Amino acid sequence: MIEFFKEPNIDWMGKAKYFYALSAILLLAGWVSIFAKGGLYYGIDFKGGTNVDVRFAQPPNIDHLRSALTARGLGNSEIQSIGNVGAGNSNEVLVFVGQNGTSDEARDSSKAQVLAALNAAYNSENVGKPDLNAATASNLAAHLTQKDPLNLSAAAGEKYQQLARQILDYRDRTLNGLVTNFDDLGKVAGVTPAVLASLKDGYALGPFAIRTAEIVGAKVGAELRRQAVFVTLYALAGMLVYIAFRFEWVFGAAAVLAVFHDVLITLGFFSLLHYEISLTVIAALLTLVGYSMNDTIVIFDRIRENNRLLRKEDFAAVVNKSINQTLSRTILTSGLTFLTVLVLFLMGGQVLRAFSFALVVGIVVGTYSSFGIAAPLVVWWHRWKGQGAAAGTGPAAGNKTRSSEAAAGRLAPAGRR
Amino acid sequence: MNPNLKWKALFILAVILLCIYGLIGLPTFPTSVAQVKDNFSKQIKLGLDLQGGTHLVLQVQVQEAIAQETDQMVDRLTKQLRDKNIRYDEIRRVDDTHILVRNVDSAQASVFRDFVQQQYGSLWESAPAAGETSGYLLTLRPSAVAQIQENTMSQSLETIDRRINALGLTEPTIQRRGRNDNEILVQLPGEGDPSRAKAVIQAGGQLELRLVEDPRSYSSQSEALSAHGGILPPGTELMPGRSETRSASGTPEQGEVWYLVSRAPIVTGRDLRNATESRNTNNPGQWQVNFVLSSEAARRFGPFTETNKGKQLAIVLEHRVYSAPVINGRIDDNGMIEGNFGQESAHDLALVLRAGALPASIKYLEERTVGPSLGADSIRHGVQASVLSLIAVMLFMLFYYRISGANAVVALLLNLIILLAALAYFGAVLTLPGIAGVILTIGMGVDSNVLVFERIREELRNGKSPASAVDAGFEKAFVTIIDTHVTTVVSAFFLFLFGTGPIRGFAISLTIGLIANVFTAIYVSRSIFQYHLAKMDRQAELSI
Repeated sequence: MIEFFKEPNIDWMGKAKYFYALSAILLLAGWVSIFAKGGLYYGIDFKGGTNVDVRFAQPPNIDHLRSALTARGLGNSEIQSIGNVGAGNSNEVLVFVGQNGTSDEARDSSKAQVLAALNAAYNSENVGKPDLNAATASNLAAHLTQKDPLNLSAAAGEKYQQLARQILDYRDRTLNGLVTNFDDLGKVAGVTPAVLASLKDGYALGPFAIRTAEIVGAKVGAELRRQAVFVTLYALAGMLVYIAFRFEWVFGAAAVLAVFHDVLITLGFFSLLHYEISLTVIAALLTLVGYSMNDTIVIFDRIRENNRLLRKEDFAAVVNKSINQTLSRTILTSGLTFLTVLVLFLMGGQVLRAFSFALVVGIVVGTYSSFGIAAPLVVWWHRWKGQGAAAGTGPAAGNKTRSSEAAAGRLAPAGRR
Repeated sequence: MNPNLKWKALFILAVILLCIYGLIGLPTFPTSVAQVKDNFSKQIKLGLDLQGGTHLVLQVQVQEAIAQETDQMVDRLTKQLRDKNIRYDEIRRVDDTHILVRNVDSAQASVFRDFVQQQYGSLWESAPAAGETSGYLLTLRPSAVAQIQENTMSQSLETIDRRINALGLTEPTIQRRGRNDNEILVQLPGEGDPSRAKAVIQAGGQLELRLVEDPRSYSSQSEALSAHGGILPPGTELMPGRSETRSASGTPEQGEVWYLVSRAPIVTGRDLRNATESRNTNNPGQWQVNFVLSSEAARRFGPFTETNKGKQLAIVLEHRVYSAPVINGRIDDNGMIEGNFGQESAHDLALVLRAGALPASIKYLEERTVGPSLGADSIRHGVQASVLSLIAVMLFMLFYYRISGANAVVALLLNLIILLAALAYFGAVLTLPGIAGVILTIGMGVDSNVLVFERIREELRNGKSPASAVDAGFEKAFVTIIDTHVTTVVSAFFLFLFGTGPIRGFAISLTIGLIANVFTAIYVSRSIFQYHLAKMDRQAELSI
């Protein structure tokens, strides 16, 4: 049996104050940053506007781009470079045009405006040939059918459509959406020198390709933001009710508070490191809510079980023992999931970056919040209830010895046995 | 072997086969590796964020249809009261759902009330207007408003569906969605350029023929207003013309033109039966669109053109006057739209008109285009990262838990297969947030195994025999696993109930994954343990 962790004997409740101090620091740092920056950094889903993600063959000159956009009246747009973690100069930029308060028509045409600005900056419309990097399958198939480089004449039909799809597939999947040299396409099965010649003849290679373009109305953004908050709150409320039903309401409240604390700290990290909040990030936050809640319940479950077995023991000691007993499981599971999301963060590419970042932060915070934040809350409540009962002012104005008995009694029938 | 265990093994095998069949056996049974791949990619449908394509959300301006009903009501009422010789001072549209009839002749008030009640009682509610002597306020009933909204939405949906399908794109999705139920979602997988689809959807929001109330046209809105002393005659509104529109005299005009037209259209897009493009007879370089009205509309249109001979008729599309020809004589069911059309634009307009006009105009709320290269990027990176981390997790389980670790590996793989197969059977779409759900599932799957194994180890440390330690471990971990899973399913349920699109996708894959997880981490894993225990020497140590 390989064991990394023998059952330790750590006084977690005695150390709770350090965890609370840590959380206070993290919360403060994050939320000072949020307020100092005037709110969270929302992605297009939540603020509305136009996003155009462009990939260039060469690293673009940002100043040149900006002046082209300004010439189109889009001077206040943001240009952001997108690169891989670590990679220095990037070939990809994100142009964001904010549109609070502009008319629907202006918003609808903003994408076309950005495109026009790009074309002007790169002079790409003066080539006189269509851009292969913007070509669609049908338009490429039509060109090939017309030129008939394979001399299929009547037999052509489907053949060229298939070839066009293969060429574009190669462009999109292997060449990342941007053909920089016609000869690269020679690697596609079925592209003979004659086909290549006809492509060179009919198409030019534009210096950039549009990777995504998104236009979101400002109202939609606000509505989605509101919805994301409410959906999360509803989900938390649902969890609270279930845990209160299975355990005791204070367990539910403590678990939900701890999870809420995880989300708040993660949001703070988003602000500190300037990551955008998008719909995908909301999914990540919900995932972290799930993970953290899972951790907390495992510990609570053990507390419930031990509380039945060790009725005479002090409640804090029971909690300590429960955390220690589940510690190896906590560290194994969290370690493995942390490993998973770390790989995702490092290798998952641009789209998954903010998503996996939320989980990288969230799993660390969510793990310690289970024993460092949630469990102490329950212990404190029990202690306060006990004292209150002795002084006759607490919510359970009975005798002192009854409180733990009552708790244990109420916990018992919930189990299976 | 224990007969009970035999049945369990058969059941598990059946589930596995069913899942594998669901993933690669449909729609046709595969006979080659290429076919297996093909089936798999058909069964697991990718969302637009992974596949590339266009996502449009449009809002139907249902208020317009309601306003139109009110306008037409004013018109009908004016005419019918005249026919019935009921005298009044004024019929005025107050807002989109209210009409004020002022100073109805008190001797005829009861006739008026009965008439409105009989003819329009189901749609309009009539009540004495406050602060008016013998005035009546007609209110469009909420039920009628709801009915109009519903009709407008279903008609818009149908129309957009027909138009998009006429473009011949692959597997477009067109469906209603949204909070106020006035939004339509259009998804065009693989379509990298939405401009054509957008043009077709938006074109001809509403075709209307309206009477031009003032023979003059104006170069600006304010000029038109001042010509009428600052107040427009009741039942009229100002409308801009297309700048390149030809006036009635045939000379091209420069700049803006404004017309004073009646609020209520005589004919709307609903009355259209056919539309075709043809060369303009007077100006062969240009094209026009000819239209034919339904017979019901023709019965209205014929007498109308008869009585309004010499006046201008405005042909209105999307709140712009395309042309305002003079009515030369009675027209029953034929008309044409002139404008600066080329063959293609005339063809597209005719297509749009044929497919049916939209009952109200639309606004775009969202437009998202994901290029295929980005989607491919996300999949490649996402799959690479997931596979790598899955392998790392499995290797660790094997290292840490030895032979029992193999148990966990089987459970995890099976969990993944069941999850994917369930997504395929339900026809669910895999999106990026959906992948998040899958990752959370895998994480909880690992957790369930770790929980059980750690518990078994504890029991072994307490001196139990392997068989009873396994039993106790599963028994005790079961409560915890149920609690963690149900809590997460409860939250997923709320996410599904109140979330839209991506959040729902997350909730669906999460719920399926968790159910699969309970099955694999408890039922399957325990069965394997039991099989293993039955075979091994009672005194031997459990490899965990």
